[in-house]
Amino acid sequence: MYFHAWGGEPRINAYIDWVAGELKQQYGVTLEHVKVDDTANVVARVLAEKTAGKTSGGAVDLVWINGENFAAMKREGLLQAEAWAERLPNWALVDVEGKPTVRKDFTVATDGLESPWGMAKLVFMHDSARLAEPPASLQALAEFAKANPGRFTYPQPPNFHGSTFLKQALSDLIDDREKLARPVDPARFEADTAALFAWLDALHPNLWRGGKAFPQSVAALWQLLADGEVDIAFSFNPGDASAAIAAGELPDTVRSFVFAGGTIGNSHFVAIPFNANAPAAAKVLANFLLSPEAQARKEDPAIWGDPTVLNVAALADADKARFAAIDLGKAGLSPSALGPTLPEPHPSWMEALEAAWAKRYGAQ
Amino acid sequence: MSRPWLRPAALATALVLVVPVAAGLIGTALPALGYLPSAGAASASLDPVKALLDAPGLGRSILLSLGTGLAATLVSLLLVMLLLAGWLDSAAFRWLRRLLAPLLSVPHAAAALGLALVIAPSGFLVRLVAPLSPALSRPPDWLILQDPFGLTLTLGLVLKEVPFLLLMALAALHQIDLRPRLQLAESFGYGRIAAFGHTVAPLLYRQLRLPVLAVLAFSTSVVDMALVLGPSLPATLAVRVVGWMGDPDLAIRMKGAAGALLQLSVSAAALLVWFAGERALRLVWRSQAIRGHRLARDRIASRTGLGVLLGLVVLAVLGLSVLTLWSLATAWRYPDLLPSSLTLRHWLQSGPDLTGLIATTLAIGLAVSLTAAALVTALLQERVQGQGGGGAGLDTWLLDGLAFVPLLVPQVAFLFGLQVLFLQAGLDGSLFGVALSHFVFVLPYILLSLRGPWGALDPRYRQVALSLGASEQRVFWRIRLPLMLPAILTAVALGLAISVSQYLPTLLIGGGRVTTVTTEAVALASGGSRPLIAVHALAQILLPFAGFALAAALSRLLLPRLFPRRSS
Repeated sequence: MYFHAWGGEPRINAYIDWVAGELKQQYGVTLEHVKVDDTANVVARVLAEKTAGKTSGGAVDLVWINGENFAAMKREGLLQAEAWAERLPNWALVDVEGKPTVRKDFTVATDGLESPWGMAKLVFMHDSARLAEPPASLQALAEFAKANPGRFTYPQPPNFHGSTFLKQALSDLIDDREKLARPVDPARFEADTAALFAWLDALHPNLWRGGKAFPQSVAALWQLLADGEVDIAFSFNPGDASAAIAAGELPDTVRSFVFAGGTIGNSHFVAIPFNANAPAAAKVLANFLLSPEAQARKEDPAIWGDPTVLNVAALADADKARFAAIDLGKAGLSPSALGPTLPEPHPSWMEALEAAWAKRYGAQ
Repeated sequence: MSRPWLRPAALATALVLVVPVAAGLIGTALPALGYLPSAGAASASLDPVKALLDAPGLGRSILLSLGTGLAATLVSLLLVMLLLAGWLDSAAFRWLRRLLAPLLSVPHAAAALGLALVIAPSGFLVRLVAPLSPALSRPPDWLILQDPFGLTLTLGLVLKEVPFLLLMALAALHQIDLRPRLQLAESFGYGRIAAFGHTVAPLLYRQLRLPVLAVLAFSTSVVDMALVLGPSLPATLAVRVVGWMGDPDLAIRMKGAAGALLQLSVSAAALLVWFAGERALRLVWRSQAIRGHRLARDRIASRTGLGVLLGLVVLAVLGLSVLTLWSLATAWRYPDLLPSSLTLRHWLQSGPDLTGLIATTLAIGLAVSLTAAALVTALLQERVQGQGGGGAGLDTWLLDGLAFVPLLVPQVAFLFGLQVLFLQAGLDGSLFGVALSHFVFVLPYILLSLRGPWGALDPRYRQVALSLGASEQRVFWRIRLPLMLPAILTAVALGLAISVSQYLPTLLIGGGRVTTVTTEAVALASGGSRPLIAVHALAQILLPFAGFALAAALSRLLLPRLFPRRSS
């Protein structure tokens, strides 16, 4: 079976290799990891297959997905129709109560069309050797940039991480956060985002390269942190900083921090396209990915460092011990230090923000 | 003698080249005009075009594509001409040629990655001077990569196109009797550059025109190199089009299809600008020739040209060295000039993956370039045998233009449509499908590189052999083929290099099931690990490099056996 998953991170690729080995051994399923550089290409591919009338034997059996890609596949009817995800044996272990984002993907109901795989949360990192006291709020970040021009930047929207930074800033600056749970009201969008763009207008001249160029991915942003070009970076995974230190990609003086008022978080999933060639094997894989064994291994920063979707407190003792044994590393934050999680805005906000950003800053 | 329109090789070539491009263009044009039935858009509409025109900074993107493409082509051509005019037959020339030739085998993506690691503010050049100033204890905040005018992108393109044009020019020079011309002009007191410019350059350019136009079309629509070196506020048109085509939102993908057609017009506009420039230059050239300025003191010009080329070679060599060091580095922080320690870990970790990738890449590359070389040989041979058959046949058409259509049409403009076509034919995701899509790009280059040497072979060999009673078949197998062997082997190596460097066709037609070192390298470039990026970029370079080295070794080995000296 063919698992289409982003292939830009060797540690994740190594984890998927391990999964492939276990799957072969435990279930006799042969897993082929198709390394994707952008999940949107997978959506495009399934769509092209539908265009060509290929209703079975498709190229994609399982895809790593969330957010607008999921919303698009759900809307276009490109996913396996039955609510298979919540019928998997390991679904019972998922923390539906404590992690409501496992059933609401960017406010869109999953309806069992995708199975949760891991959790994500916006976490900042700073190099403690150059910056001892990181800014603990959005306003403090702007003040830091003003005092230290050229030492902060963010990936260029519509890059996922860049857009996430915009959503974080909007969540902090909008007058009423409840508006973000509903689709964008085009008539009010400009007024609702006025504070955000005023803040960005003031920030941009103080950014890296004076805001005249932006890194194209979060990986490029980390590279800037490693090269000493910027002092602050961020990721969407609390385990990333420790893992990158372990891999030698970031200096071991890097530490994590969050905003006191909370940061944006969500879940990521796996989904089966409507025309998958091996849907049964795909379900076996999705179920295995939810097993305490696979989830605990994934949470270990030495392996990947991706937080679990399971309710660890409700697991059997032997499985609890797997999670207790994990060392979160130098730059890891304990669950209590991670602070409150702000929900993702409705996907329409992201699209509107990206378009407004491109219009304002995209052609300088 | 067969009738011109029914020659099998010509017909096969025409089918293989023209059908995919035409079908792909139609497949792109329909969604651009709002027709994509699977998405419920079954009636023509101008919405995608309107959405395209509303894209912020579209005019800027168009100007960037035109500007970087025209500048890179002009500068590359100028440098090659200056080098040939000022330094042909010199020791410096032989050195430069030896250093530039291997650069031909460096794929664009790898060249861009190497260049970026050298010239970035945290790159090798700044590290070199960092100890001189405390202000450089941290990387300076200079806008070098992604500069808004695309100067760095132009530099990267020049770095790649100079070796290609030089190779094409050297092949063409074999057909020009240049030394007597130069001697005559110099005996009249003309400087070296003026002598070359008036007596050789016009003839050389006529031979070089097609490769130059291919460079122009390529440079105005390049994607992988522009992703690494080009501006992003906004990006060049081709980069934005590829982004739109991959968007999950259908309306944006249709906007991408409209953008692909716009890219087609932008590349066509670049060609028109170039044609106008050719005309203007021809007039200037003529009036200059009539005035008879000797321009005897041209040392500054030729030395500048040589200096710039040497600078390019230094950049390329540094780029490859820095890539090699990164592939072996444990950690390499600014401002360290060298990595703190070296390790083979990254190579060993990637070993198992790389083996499979290299096997796939080689299988496609060899199959494609060998088939294409055989077809081109048959095509050229048909033409030799068909001479005097009367009328312009399909083969003449092919040799003079049709075959080069895939090089003059931007890839993004027809690959989207081609993907749908291959899906319907059930060829998507198969090695065969990917190979077929590579074939479309490899064949023209092989034809380009074989056409010159084929025409340059003295026709009297054939005439004498025929008059001695040999059949056409025998003349071909015993005389032409052995004499052409070095050229054919070089062409196969070039074909392999072109196949290895294909990114978009592999990505779109392979559908993720067929991955090569190139798709893997670009996928990794979006991730963070520089050592792994370096490992894959180097793997991408090693394959074509080995191909050219093998071609050279084989010709040296085989030629003496094919034409043993008779002692009498």
